[in-house]
Amino acid sequence: MSAWSDHLLVLPIVLPIAASGIMLLLDERRSGLKAAISLATATALLVTALALAWRMTDTPEVYRLGNWAAPYGIVLVADRLSAMMLMLTGVLGLAALVFAVARWDRAGPRFHALFLLLLMGVNGAFLTGDLFNLFVFFEVMLAASYGLVLHGSGEARIRAGLAYIAVNLIASLFFLVGVSLVYGTMGTLNMADLARRLSETGGGAGLFEAGCAVLGIAFLIKCSAWPLGFWLPPTYAAASPPAAAVLAILSKVGVYVVVRLSLLLFGAGASEGFGQGWLFAAGLATIAYGTLGILGARDLMRAAAYAVMISSGTVLAALGTGNRAALSGALFYLVSSTLAAGALFLLGEILQRGRDPAAASLAVFADEYRDPFDDEGATETGRAIPAAVAIVGGAFLFCALMLAGLPPLAGFVGKLAMFSGLAAGAMPPAAWAFILVLTLSSLGTLMPLVRLGTLGFWVPHDDSDPVIGPLEFAALAGLLGACLVLTLWAGAALAYTDRTVAGLSNAAGYIGAVLGRGTP
Amino acid sequence: MEIVLSLGIGVFAASGVWLLLRPRTFQVALGLSLLAYAVNLFIFAMGRLKVGAPPVLESGTDASGIADPVPQALVLTALVISFALTALFLVVLLAARGVTGSDHVDGQEPGQETGQGKPSQREPGR
Repeated sequence: MSAWSDHLLVLPIVLPIAASGIMLLLDERRSGLKAAISLATATALLVTALALAWRMTDTPEVYRLGNWAAPYGIVLVADRLSAMMLMLTGVLGLAALVFAVARWDRAGPRFHALFLLLLMGVNGAFLTGDLFNLFVFFEVMLAASYGLVLHGSGEARIRAGLAYIAVNLIASLFFLVGVSLVYGTMGTLNMADLARRLSETGGGAGLFEAGCAVLGIAFLIKCSAWPLGFWLPPTYAAASPPAAAVLAILSKVGVYVVVRLSLLLFGAGASEGFGQGWLFAAGLATIAYGTLGILGARDLMRAAAYAVMISSGTVLAALGTGNRAALSGALFYLVSSTLAAGALFLLGEILQRGRDPAAASLAVFADEYRDPFDDEGATETGRAIPAAVAIVGGAFLFCALMLAGLPPLAGFVGKLAMFSGLAAGAMPPAAWAFILVLTLSSLGTLMPLVRLGTLGFWVPHDDSDPVIGPLEFAALAGLLGACLVLTLWAGAALAYTDRTVAGLSNAAGYIGAVLGRGTP
Repeated sequence: MEIVLSLGIGVFAASGVWLLLRPRTFQVALGLSLLAYAVNLFIFAMGRLKVGAPPVLESGTDASGIADPVPQALVLTALVISFALTALFLVVLLAARGVTGSDHVDGQEPGQETGQGKPSQREPGR
């Protein structure tokens, strides 16, 4: 525990919270300095995540906070799933931040502090190996997200924010009830220790399973599974677009926890497959609800919000089939669809701004921190880059193909991997139902996106064409470039998710790494 | 003692749920607070009820003779978080009251025309 590289694991948590603290010391008018610190931090986070993923082996890495041993102290654990989610957070966070720096970070106070705090909470939730510590990171992330949803103010955001906060406070109470039931029955909150005790006692008591079910409800609310996810579309559609793009990762934190705990605690033993049927049903219902929602969506922001729901539902349903190859494909799909949904949020903002510039600038800059001497409007996006219509149109087509899962892009590869994983084994009716729902949802995603694209690009408008600034173009290019990398190196990415699922299913390896072999 | 504590948790939770389902935002805020009290007491109860037992393990004492310190630490954390977030909720509640002119959870009185805000005032701006 002395080499510098040993402490790499704690960096995704320490770095953003330190930078976030510095933000509070700086005056609101020094927006250039703030943006520079934020961008440097987000870049460092992405590099850290890449380095972690690069050196990841089959044994999870463990970082003991304060050097206290595992069941007593709190540990951070990074395995391939954590590293993958950290990378996804890094890419999405950096892109959203670059987009926000173009002009949205000045729409309200303390954007950068909240944004970095959100990244810290998300990274912490992906890294922690302790259930109660997970709760704390969840709350950090949610508290920051409340601020980000309200960023820019306005009636729609406050109304959506009120419901969002109420729902998530209730979900947090469910979380607490579940955690305390688990502690009351098993006497530990360390995930590895839980799994070990569960395998030693040969199965959970009824009360333990009840606690896990309550915990499950909390996580399903966070990942907006039907019927617990009605809060998501109005909130994400009302939030400011860069905030919405980074909020897309928030619902994936719930998905991550469900995947991790299901495979760790209920992968084998007496409680094997606990809740699997429920997850499958909830996943399918979420896909169906999201598809219906996207069919009825009348603007891009809402369509992107429903796309986030569909992607969560797909992973939950794939986990519910109990097929490992399908889960591996679903994890690949999760990454690609989250990136595409984030890009769609940003695109939606660019298009809406082009259509109604007066209303947009009114909504953005109507706050008390506006500099009264700054001439708004003329320098809003800086120097506009040429061929904006072609770029925005091409990016929109790209996102639509990714989300609908059509060839030749990564969305198709993910769906194909899920289908081929299911088709490899015996085909129970559930597998057929999954394939049918997912195929229909592809169609149901494509149709409304094509309609929105036609309305947005081909129908003549009497107002101005969309304008896109260089920073905004960079953010979009980053997200779509990441999708393109996933498409071109899909073989390597799928091999990575295969090994991820194999590592997740190996509970003994996780327990051994965290608790140390031979310790009682 | 068990009966008193469980009755307390039950009454808190029931009142909290009832208030949560009321139409006014302030009632929702109170409901959230009451539910948080119920949950905090519940966490505390999960450490098993003991009277007069110290939460500190000294060398030589039997582990069954002490009160479990972990739930107490958990309660402390949960208490602070729920308190802070309730305060935040109150701020958003006031903002919503100011912006929409109504303290209904939907941002408009029941009977009013549906839709975002007041359509008649929006028209001249477009």
